Amino acid sequence: MTYFGKIFYGIKTLWTGMKVTGGYFFPNITRKKYVITRQYPDEPAVVFPRFKGEVVMWHNENNEHRCTGCQACEIACPNGSIEIIWKREVDPETGKKKKMLDQHIYHLSMCTMCSLCIQACPTNAIMWSTNFHNATYDRGLLTKVLNKPGSKLMAGVEE
Amino acid sequence: MMNMLSINIFQTWLEQTHGIWYVLVLAGIAAIYLGFFAVAGLMLVYLERRVAGYFQLRLGPNRVGPWGLLQTIADALKLVSKEIFVPKMADKLLYKAGYYIVIIAALLALAVIPFARQIQALDFNVGLFFISAVSSVGVLGILIGAWGSRNKYSLIGAMRSGLQMISYELSAGFAIIAVVLMSGTLKMTGIVEAQKHTWFLFQGHLPAIIAFMIFLISGTAETNRVPFDLVEGESELGAGFHTEYSGMGFAFFFLAEFINMFIIAALGATLFLGGWLAPFGITDGLPAQWLWGIIWFLLKVFVLIFLLMWFRWTFPRIRIDQLLTLEWKYLLPIGLVNTVIMAWMVWKDWLIHLG
Ligand code: SF4
Ligand code: SF4
Repeated sequence: MTYFGKIFYGIKTLWTGMKVTGGYFFPNITRKKYVITRQYPDEPAVVFPRFKGEVVMWHNENNEHRCTGCQACEIACPNGSIEIIWKREVDPETGKKKKMLDQHIYHLSMCTMCSLCIQACPTNAIMWSTNFHNATYDRGLLTKVLNKPGSKLMAGVEE
Repeated sequence: MMNMLSINIFQTWLEQTHGIWYVLVLAGIAAIYLGFFAVAGLMLVYLERRVAGYFQLRLGPNRVGPWGLLQTIADALKLVSKEIFVPKMADKLLYKAGYYIVIIAALLALAVIPFARQIQALDFNVGLFFISAVSSVGVLGILIGAWGSRNKYSLIGAMRSGLQMISYELSAGFAIIAVVLMSGTLKMTGIVEAQKHTWFLFQGHLPAIIAFMIFLISGTAETNRVPFDLVEGESELGAGFHTEYSGMGFAFFFLAEFINMFIIAALGATLFLGGWLAPFGITDGLPAQWLWGIIWFLLKVFVLIFLLMWFRWTFPRIRIDQLLTLEWKYLLPIGLVNTVIMAWMVWKDWLIHLG
């Protein structure tokens, strides 16, 4: 390319770029088109269903969950974010003593959202929730007990 | 004690030669310019962020105050409340002198810019020369501050700034010379008055347009704005020359950068777009001429500032060798030839005079 050819080519390509950004700016100033950011606190946030917000335990309407207290998730977790506190209690049906879940403790503050616990769970008791409003002023609040108070194991999970 | 004494001597000298009112008026003018410096700087920062938002399909700051107008004031308050940190091994004097020199250079350049007829702090007969001299003092502040903060990244950034300034000053100078050839004077008001009927951009047609483009490119480079922001570079230099500055020290550099952009735009408006003159004299007969002058001047400056912002948010930044190629192989030879053509045109009187 010749010396002057380069100059005109440069001006042409710069003008192409300026047309693109100008085409964004001028419709944008009327607020009619093109603003693609969502004004979150004013507009509701749209979260993708596969978003990993925090680990939760699923409960049905009778306050029953599917966790058997097997501790597979606790072992699977690479950084110790899950602690299972279990108890031995008499099963009312069989009359025998049995290992049961007391508290499924989950430290959200340490969790890296790696999903290993969820894959490890043999009974699909835990899952991801898309809730992202997790900011608190006290890190203690980030340690959660996942099974709801008074909940018990769903019938038929262990078979 | 020494300080008090010298201030007193200065005061007595002023009072004896000019009287107390003169001193007060001087102080008032200084206060107005400092206020303008702060307000215009903050508003330009706001404008930059807002315009950048629109260019990038965002909204920009819009939460603090109506349309987010108070955002930069809140930021300034935050910066004021921050600790001014001086690195342990820094040369304290040079470190602190850095931003003062940058600000003083910006204020000095501001002093000769005519906002409207007779609204100007100083009307030198060499105003244009003064501006181009003073605006290169600013880079001295950058170099001193970077040297004083004893940080290799700062120093490399400042060296690049110096290199850029020295290179691009030449082509900016040639662009200015093209205008001076037409106006025949270096006095800022004289230059504006010479555009009474036709702005220099149109009066000198092709060479003037080329000079205007060269002026805008080298002005962008002199203010270290994208695409010529080699002075900063997060990936290679951190924040460049102001890496070690915090709080107000950083804010002064930041404000001075934006005031320098204002100065370049104001210079462009004065030299090529007729300064405070109304286009086709449409507001000439109206009362409050000074107000109309300021309005037209600021409007033109705003258009140029918008153009600079448009450049910033469109073009990718260039490498240092590309920067030097652009200057020494393209802008400088073109500027030289352009000046010769302009001189020829002025000699043969091929300029366009309307009215
Ligand atoms: S997602 Fe990963 S880090 Fe978080 S609790 Fe489960 S296994 Fe542990
Ligand atoms: S959540 Fe799943 S893996 Fe973890 S203890 Fe309960 S049943 Fe076992």
